[in-house]
Amino acid sequence: MHVFSDPKNFDAYVSSFLWILKLTGASAVCALLLGVLLAAMRVSPVPVLRGFGAAWVNIFRNTPLTLVIFFCYFGLYATLGLSLSQKLDINRYWLGVIGLSVYTAAFVCEAVRSGINTVPTGQAEAARAIGLSFAQTLRIVVLPQAARSVIAPLGSVLIALCKNATIVGTIGLMETSNVMKDLINSNGNAVIVIFLVFAGTFAAFLIPTGYLFGWLANRLAVKR
Amino acid sequence: MTTGEPLIVLDSVNKWYGPLHVLDDVSLSVGRGEVVVVIGPSGSGKSTLCRTINRLEPINSGTITFDGQELPAEGKALAKLRSDVGMVFQSFNLFAHKTILENVTLGPIKVRREKPAAARERGLALLDRVGIANQADKFPAQLSGGQQQRVAIARALAMQPKAMLFDEPTSALDPEMVGEVLDVMTSLARDGMTMVVVTHEMGFARHAANRVIFMADGKLVEDASPTEFFANPRSERARDFLSKILTH
Repeated sequence: MHVFSDPKNFDAYVSSFLWILKLTGASAVCALLLGVLLAAMRVSPVPVLRGFGAAWVNIFRNTPLTLVIFFCYFGLYATLGLSLSQKLDINRYWLGVIGLSVYTAAFVCEAVRSGINTVPTGQAEAARAIGLSFAQTLRIVVLPQAARSVIAPLGSVLIALCKNATIVGTIGLMETSNVMKDLINSNGNAVIVIFLVFAGTFAAFLIPTGYLFGWLANRLAVKR
Repeated sequence: MTTGEPLIVLDSVNKWYGPLHVLDDVSLSVGRGEVVVVIGPSGSGKSTLCRTINRLEPINSGTITFDGQELPAEGKALAKLRSDVGMVFQSFNLFAHKTILENVTLGPIKVRREKPAAARERGLALLDRVGIANQADKFPAQLSGGQQQRVAIARALAMQPKAMLFDEPTSALDPEMVGEVLDVMTSLARDGMTMVVVTHEMGFARHAANRVIFMADGKLVEDASPTEFFANPRSERARDFLSKILTH
């Protein structure tokens, strides 16, 4: 453990996980909002919106995340000049958030859409029959019930998002995989230890997250 | 019973599910305060007929007029029309994530923009009327089928509808719960509510209906008063149907 007793290494380790936490947090919020919007489009009666939603899912679900992140950096930033901050690492962070969000939104959309399909059609019919609009039916009756059945699958999406955040390291952000690589390069005698510490930290956070979502899903399930 | 212009008018309505002609040139008019019971063998199109009246099922040709106005195609106008037509489903369809009282007050608050306190008060009065006021804070899954269906009727009534549609309201109930739901419907009929009721309850048709409509193969075969229909069915199909259900 002597590698991590060096304060410089320890700080790098902590800040790398803080980046992962920030990437996951911001991307989770954006992906959730975007994903729900896309799911609403995919079940809407308007063909153009349905097509847009389907296209989004097909493009981002079937493209490697590494390519999406690369495009954000080399396409949006380097070629099209989209700069989100004067600071290099903050800029990379937000470009990473964009890539993670648009990619994860596709998975959120599909999870929410399958959740919507678990709500019996009679619920939406009853809502329309008392005069609720399409948007009200979705917002007041269908989505709250879909949300409860979608908690467990969204937990898996969140866990995947957290691990996927390491790919932002490929555009130079000093998150876990980058820091781990540097530590391994300069401490060739402690490769296994370094690897286990990083892997263990991920597992220590993500295993309870999985259980938390499972517990929530059971607690909030709609009784029929 | 019928006064002034009819409330619901169907004129030459046709509907196909693919090659299946589920509504075959159906014309029907229902007067204000009239109770029309629709009977017929399964697959005869009676549920579909009921669901076209608030456009839960779109039609392929013909016109449906409600309260002097042709049914709007989509959007706000259609939502407005639906809020004036109460609907009770075979499978109750109470909002599973809302309490009994919330089920009844949701429409008045979100559609009619009533004040929650006023909606609550009227909701409780309606629940009292259908005999479930003491269950107001429970969730639908905690109630029996008969109780759920009575809540569904209260939910529809909370919108102060001009007419009520019942799509086989007792078909999913245990036999001992059919009576409590029919009692509520009978009292509604007595109070002068315009009702279209798709049902297999011949007793209800006999004592509560002003007219009985018999449907078979998507066609409206007979349209008569209950006494006339049950004593003297004119068509072979109706005689056959009645002989099958009334011999047991």
